[in-house]
Amino acid sequence: MEHYEQARYAPAEGETNEPLLSENDQTTVSVDPSLPDDLTRDTVELPSLEEPELARHYVRLSQQNYGVDSGPYPLGSCTMKYNPRFTEDAAALPAAAVHPDRSETALQGTLAVMHDLQDYLGRIGGMDAVTLQPPAGAAGEFTGILIAEAYHEATDGGHRNEVIVPDAAHGTNFASAALGGYDVIELPSGDDGRVDLDALEAALGENTAALMLTNPNTLGLFERDIEPIAEMVHDAGGLLYYDGANLNALLGRARPGDMGFDIMHFNVHKTFATPHGGGGPGAGPVGVTDELAGFLPDPHVRQSAGGDYELYTPPRSIGKVHGFQGNWPVLVKAFAYIDRLGDSGLADASAKAVLNANYLADQLDYEIPLGPFHHEFVASAGDQDAADVAKRMLDYGVHPPTTKWPELVAEALMTEPTETESKRTLDDLADAFNAVAGDDDAALADAPSRTTARRIDQTAAARNPRLSWHDLD
Amino acid sequence: MSFDVPDDLQYLESHEWIDPATGRVGISEFAQDELGDVVFVELPSVGDALDQHDELGVVESIKAVSDLYAPVSGEVTAVNDALTNEPELVNEAPFGDGWLVEIDFDSDDLEATLDSDDYRAQIA
Repeated sequence: MEHYEQARYAPAEGETNEPLLSENDQTTVSVDPSLPDDLTRDTVELPSLEEPELARHYVRLSQQNYGVDSGPYPLGSCTMKYNPRFTEDAAALPAAAVHPDRSETALQGTLAVMHDLQDYLGRIGGMDAVTLQPPAGAAGEFTGILIAEAYHEATDGGHRNEVIVPDAAHGTNFASAALGGYDVIELPSGDDGRVDLDALEAALGENTAALMLTNPNTLGLFERDIEPIAEMVHDAGGLLYYDGANLNALLGRARPGDMGFDIMHFNVHKTFATPHGGGGPGAGPVGVTDELAGFLPDPHVRQSAGGDYELYTPPRSIGKVHGFQGNWPVLVKAFAYIDRLGDSGLADASAKAVLNANYLADQLDYEIPLGPFHHEFVASAGDQDAADVAKRMLDYGVHPPTTKWPELVAEALMTEPTETESKRTLDDLADAFNAVAGDDDAALADAPSRTTARRIDQTAAARNPRLSWHDLD
Repeated sequence: MSFDVPDDLQYLESHEWIDPATGRVGISEFAQDELGDVVFVELPSVGDALDQHDELGVVESIKAVSDLYAPVSGEVTAVNDALTNEPELVNEAPFGDGWLVEIDFDSDDLEATLDSDDYRAQIA
């Protein structure tokens, strides 16, 4: 097997592992005797490396990585905008390094930032109350579903057991509804890529708890019928949930609350430029209307009549969805971003996000069947396999778009350049797309041929995954 | 490209086949070709009761995850355990070693299935 980074962790013949902890730091623990034999072992087999070897290993890996700091990253629906460094500075301020378990008196500054961020997000989304607690976008969705469930339970007995999700929605929508115990009703898209009102009418009923939508939708198309959609859902007694995935197209220009949405989550890593996950801490604040504010997670931050900030338990709270008030450093970054850009800066960001998507689309040789679109577009790779196109784009030094989804467009290339790319970068990106569009079958089949790691055998990786360095040759 | 559609089997529009003689169930050659390399198959347990068109299991390929549907109602009498370690059998022999389950069924259910000519017309 070809290794592009040697995993030389194992001690060489005759060597033993250097203990990473001195003997004084070691503690003996007894193993719970109920553990089965195949889950216990006598040695931990820690990697055996000198510090420079370890440092070089990670530096080499980081050099082989590709991120928004390396080049354009037009991964559709993911809003991979550049993360400006001033937000990191804000999160690194000594004043931001507070333990959340201190008294409210000692936490006034922290609570003030949280309160103001709740307020900013409420104004941006057109929502009356916002919780910062959910630790990721999907956790926000699940929180929203729990709030919808608690609301229906409190107001009409909780018989509603269905959540409607469009077929082009993010997979997390289906998962959040199912995790909340709901039957998921998949709503087929109309031929124009938008919600089909007749199909919606047929899906709605006395068991409808909510319709989950994103607007603009996954194809980058604005749901022009959002007002009748909201009316239909509300007439059926359901709630309208806004997936904040595509909020970057609306910032400072339109608000989900004004469109009739009752609950929404914010993806601060998309819209407000906090770093994308990678397994690290995230945040998925949730906004709701006045009617639902009493169900928000516990605790919530409010300002008392005397001006102090305090934590309180909303009267019909669904309880905790994360420790304390969520992932604070991420929230500081989102706060810093919104505060620096202000109303006009946010409106400018969404305008440029839409302009950049439309400019890039205009340069491409690939067909774009549906439009007009907003912050992202879905091109079709036509006779080419979208997965091959993605791999070939790596050879031209750029990150590929999202591929093969949504399925409404054959061999989809879902592309979202975001507002942070310059015209020069967009031109380079278009050159890469068009070079691939003109490549022959052999070049596509062999791609990527210029990267450190060549084409991965996806089938073998899925059938026989090797998940530990012990399993490498 | 034309796909093998054995005449002695009955089919569903969702591309499952059933052998009326044995109750053995699988997916068609056309279906495995559409899916691409199958990497995982989730099947029910022996003794499970299924209703016609119930979800029978899940087949996962490098392209997609797809639900499998029961062509008939009945009790699962056998499951192809070989697919646990060799899901590629579904690609290599969809009508043979890549079978999924066997169901003890009522032959009336077969009226709601397609014969080979109808299925051939569907995938043409």
